[in-house]
Amino acid sequence: MSMTQPTKPVNDAGARLLSGARWRWYEVLFWVAAIALFFVFGDFIPGIPTRLMLLSEIISLGLLALSIDLVLGYAGIVTLGQGAFFGLGAYVAGLMAKNGMGAFPLSDPLLGLLAAAAVSGAAGFVTSFLVLRGSDLTRLMVTLGVALILAELANQMRWLTGGADGLQGVMSSPILGIWDFDLWGHTAYVYSLVVLFVCFWLSRRIVHSTFGLSLKAIKGNALRARAIGVPVNARLVAIYTLAAAIAGIAGALLAQTTQSASPDMIAFHRSADALLILVFGGAGYLYGGLIGAVLFRVMQDVIGNITLQYWQFWLGLVLVLLVLFVRGGVIGLMEGWWNRLTRKGDAP
Amino acid sequence: MTYVLETRSLCKSFGGIIATDNVSFNLPAGARHALIGPNGAGKTTFVNQLTGVLDPTSGQILFGGEDITNWTVRRRATAGIARTFQINQLFADLTPLESVVLAISEREDAGGQWFKPLGAREDIVVEACELLDTLGIGDVREARVGALPYGKQRLLEIALALAAKPKLLLLDEPAAGVPESEREQILNVVARLPESVALVLIEHDMHLVFRFAKTISVLVNGALFCEGTADEIARDPRVRQVYLGEEDVGHG
Repeated sequence: MSMTQPTKPVNDAGARLLSGARWRWYEVLFWVAAIALFFVFGDFIPGIPTRLMLLSEIISLGLLALSIDLVLGYAGIVTLGQGAFFGLGAYVAGLMAKNGMGAFPLSDPLLGLLAAAAVSGAAGFVTSFLVLRGSDLTRLMVTLGVALILAELANQMRWLTGGADGLQGVMSSPILGIWDFDLWGHTAYVYSLVVLFVCFWLSRRIVHSTFGLSLKAIKGNALRARAIGVPVNARLVAIYTLAAAIAGIAGALLAQTTQSASPDMIAFHRSADALLILVFGGAGYLYGGLIGAVLFRVMQDVIGNITLQYWQFWLGLVLVLLVLFVRGGVIGLMEGWWNRLTRKGDAP
Repeated sequence: MTYVLETRSLCKSFGGIIATDNVSFNLPAGARHALIGPNGAGKTTFVNQLTGVLDPTSGQILFGGEDITNWTVRRRATAGIARTFQINQLFADLTPLESVVLAISEREDAGGQWFKPLGAREDIVVEACELLDTLGIGDVREARVGALPYGKQRLLEIALALAAKPKLLLLDEPAAGVPESEREQILNVVARLPESVALVLIEHDMHLVFRFAKTISVLVNGALFCEGTADEIARDPRVRQVYLGEEDVGHG
């Protein structure tokens, strides 16, 4: 009996693996749409009010959700504390800009982002060792606990953080010394979008690499991953640290574009919102957090206009239905439709 | 004579239960060895100590003459100890190709490669495809692992272990639960494993044992009951009494 069966040529397999990292047309569409929003809502068309500040805020929220996707959607670590790194980044960037009096170097927004990433990343690295062991429940509690501690510290260290009032007068110097933040949010939006894209691009490279594959393997079966030689703990520490740094960048973005940092940015509900946004949009796609953030804020606006008090009721309802009946959130839903549509003509 | 694997007075107890009782065991290079024993004899517990999943209570484990008793699972895996699991331990959401590419990448120390896209190392992809072809699962290499028939999953278990190019392969009931129609394929794979790999078969099925094993150890109540060549064990009346007597040796 021959064990070797006729298979597709080998180089075909390599090409197929590589093609997983190729940019798809719908991805290009997504980013073109994000650029188009600048022109639609940038006060260029008469009659359409400028909404760029809101859109910048959505970007910040989406980036936070993206950072959760890296740890939850790919590495399988459940977290309710990503908001801590977000808030930490916001305070770091806010304090730097405020103390720099709007001048280079302390108030430079890019240096602020780097500092926020470094501090949040360091906090992520230290706390990552707490989430290595234990079940999902332990991880939820540990991440939640760390977030609560940091939120309370920010609240109590009034001399540094301004306590409940937060930091006011966070003035950044012009980006690269050229583009100043304007009242209409033109600079803020372009800046946020570029930062989002850079973080997204980096995350995308990572999840499509061998490293990214090993994260999926760990999520799927840590016992087997160890048995084939994957350094499970080191990989988890690495991705948790990176995700914390990205969350810090997201927080810094919000502080710089809203010119303030407040306890609200480090509060628990930020972690919960971001997790909800990710699950809503779809975990494990990278785009889930971004699309989720847009839908979340749009729903908040639309439902809020109809019934101000009950918007969370409707949000909750939609979320429950989505989680119960669709695997992979909004993106999973769209994927299902797309597959049904394209498979019609195909042979099975 | 140097051994691939040695254990010296290995003991493991869980509370008051002694699961491994003073086991001193030697495995020469290229061995075709079977570890047998009735249910609950401590076979899997013993294997888990060899691979580092469980820490022994006392005693020593040597691999290639080196004391590895305190090594982590990963370090042992990298050093050349591979195993298959009695119950499939696979990556259900990956494809067989991805699973094997990852295993080879980790062996080549390229698993932490985070910037280059997956599949950039052509040599690894080629090796993975060849390995899957050798095991006869090349045709499903891009299917979802979780959707594969059980027999193919068992073969992937072996493929993942072989991807590490191990010096020692521990096969924990490789054909357990496999339907008769897919069984022969697995047995063929086991028969064709290269001589350079020392093989320990942990089995229940006496047919498989006598088909492949040249030497056999019998484990009873956590202790080594007796050791010998396949013929000796088959003829040993004590073994028949404690173990083979319970099994229907002649069936199939």
